[in-house]
Amino acid sequence: MYDTSGPPPVTATAAPIATAGATVAARRTRRLAGLLLLVLLLGAAALASVLIGARGLTPDIVWRALTDTAGAEADIIVRDIRLPRTALGVLAGISLGMAGALMQGHTRNPLGDPSILGVTFGAALAVVVGIAFFDLTAVHVQTWLAFAGAGVAVVVVYLIGSVPGRGPTPLTLALAGTAVSWLAYSLTSGLVLLDRSTMDDFRFWRVGSLIGRDPEILGPMLPVVIVGVVLGLANAGALNALALGEDTARALGHRVGRARVVGLTAITLLTGVTVAACGPIAFVGLIVPHLARGLVGADHRWLLPYSALMGAVLLLAADVLGRFLAPPGELQVGVVLALVGAPFFIHIVRRRRLLSL
Amino acid sequence: MTPLAPERGARPEQVRDRLRRSHRTLTLGPVVLRLRPRLIIVSLITSTVLAALVALNLSLGQTALSPAQVWAHIIGTDYEHYFTVWRVRMPRVVVGLLAGAALAAAGAITQTIMRNPLASPDLLGVTHGASAGVVALLAFGGSYGILTGGPSASLGVPAVALIGGLAAGALCYTLSLRNGIDGYRLLLVGVGVSTILMNLTLWMLTLGEVTDTGRAMVWVAGSLTMRTWENAAPVALALAILLPLALASSRTLDALAHDDDVVRGLGVDLGRARTAMLFLAVLLAAFGTSAAGPILFVSLACPQIALRLAGASRPPVLLSALVGAALVCAADLLARTMLDNIQLPVGVVTGCLGALYLMYLLVRANRRTQA
Repeated sequence: MYDTSGPPPVTATAAPIATAGATVAARRTRRLAGLLLLVLLLGAAALASVLIGARGLTPDIVWRALTDTAGAEADIIVRDIRLPRTALGVLAGISLGMAGALMQGHTRNPLGDPSILGVTFGAALAVVVGIAFFDLTAVHVQTWLAFAGAGVAVVVVYLIGSVPGRGPTPLTLALAGTAVSWLAYSLTSGLVLLDRSTMDDFRFWRVGSLIGRDPEILGPMLPVVIVGVVLGLANAGALNALALGEDTARALGHRVGRARVVGLTAITLLTGVTVAACGPIAFVGLIVPHLARGLVGADHRWLLPYSALMGAVLLLAADVLGRFLAPPGELQVGVVLALVGAPFFIHIVRRRRLLSL
Repeated sequence: MTPLAPERGARPEQVRDRLRRSHRTLTLGPVVLRLRPRLIIVSLITSTVLAALVALNLSLGQTALSPAQVWAHIIGTDYEHYFTVWRVRMPRVVVGLLAGAALAAAGAITQTIMRNPLASPDLLGVTHGASAGVVALLAFGGSYGILTGGPSASLGVPAVALIGGLAAGALCYTLSLRNGIDGYRLLLVGVGVSTILMNLTLWMLTLGEVTDTGRAMVWVAGSLTMRTWENAAPVALALAILLPLALASSRTLDALAHDDDVVRGLGVDLGRARTAMLFLAVLLAAFGTSAAGPILFVSLACPQIALRLAGASRPPVLLSALVGAALVCAADLLARTMLDNIQLPVGVVTGCLGALYLMYLLVRANRRTQA
């Protein structure tokens, strides 16, 4: 893994030298408290996600459903629907939040959302090709197709964006990712528009959602997310150095090429598995890092865990909210994020000056 | 933020050499003109390619005409294929060309003032605002509404697109206004507003009747089918006024490509200059979108392609417009003739062509950096 024991990463806000020690200690305490608070919030959101819905449940019903299975209606709701849905929300939120922060760090671009690496539309293209040419409409097949498509797209982006032997720069990475995304998107919409029946199947995949997916995906998803999170956290020191420019990072003793590969692998694993499990959920990966940066600043050692937790809280909250907004049915989490999350985001952007990259 | 020019990794003497080659001055008495030979040559080549594409577009199709026959129509000595040339192909080519030019020019201005190669007029709310307006109109107006059916449809839809685009642009601007306009805040507000509008559009697409939403989906992808001269007039007028204005403010744009502090140091009124340029970009994008729908990727890719072709320090506006026009013409030619019975929406093809060409330019530039 990446060697983080090298030179101390540089934080963006420099404190006056005399009080530096005390300030740093106080700041660390504050940030740890914030992290703890986020964990508690995530717990609360997860609890709400299990309890609240078309059929309200009380904690002791849930507890009974978990401890002894009588096969009652509540048991089925808890075990087969609410719990998988909540777990999926937590994993997807953590993945998207962290992948977004990694992506913005590597491209040094505030518009860097995980999908511009080509992951999302690569996955979409693979799913559509599967439907159109091979008639693959089973959910679990689509999941693996999506994961494969995401992986292929990232490799292509990396090859196009890299100077041979030197790895990609932020600019070429962002542009290559955008170009590959648009190519995949255009091919996808071409195939969809040409064939009505493909369009019909694809419509359901395209709406990012935490329900109606294969609960079996949780098994393989968990280890992938864990590996992605570990790789991402290991990337934090290098990202801090890379924020000063590649040459400075190199002079500080970081291996730039290796850091990029570690970061991109983490992004691919996290985003790929999420797209495969839930379909494309945009926006979380884009806004969460901005909100987190407003709280903890540009230090990736704090930014990455904050983004991950905030992503999970946001996604679960939006999912719970979606169960109320369109009474007989539900509003998909992607739509809720856009219609409720986006105005909230604009409000935050207007109120305070967010730290620019 | 990422610098616009792909200078990173180049050696100082390479940069100096490139600057010397890209920038000469011509002094005529008191007037000093900047001459950029490479920009001029590339612009001429692009114009030639564009002219060839227009000629091909006019002659190819279900009734194939020779260039001589087309020419005879244009100079008015032959009226045999009057309908095909003047009523079908010509308006279509002209609308595509003008819309492509307007979108790409808007993209060049947006990327310069936002100092971000991933920025496009989409982030000013314009395209998504237009889409939301048109989809609402088509999905809920029915097939026989005043604005959606019959002869007025060719005017009603562009008008709604224009209003939607301008309204969304104004909304983005107002929301990011707070002690003057800050580029970073504008960008993030744009992200928020366009996300809302885009998801509203997607949501409306699932609500309406299938036939109406089918029409709406084609419009959202960007399409040139059934374009008439009435579609060309507004965007032509807009380009005729706005493009010279954009070219005349070339020095302001040069200045705005730098850091805020540098811009102020150069003596430019930052707030006013940025607002004026934004206004230009929003108008160009709104008129371009209203004529042909949000043709995908043109406003994002063309400025980057033009930047690399010209070797300039920021996306050149005129060359971007030419590249945009050429890209849309080429894409429409392919979209019309590639498949026998089906016409693809032009937006699908611009996405493929633009992406492939941008990839090629990136790979070539990377090879060169290595060498």
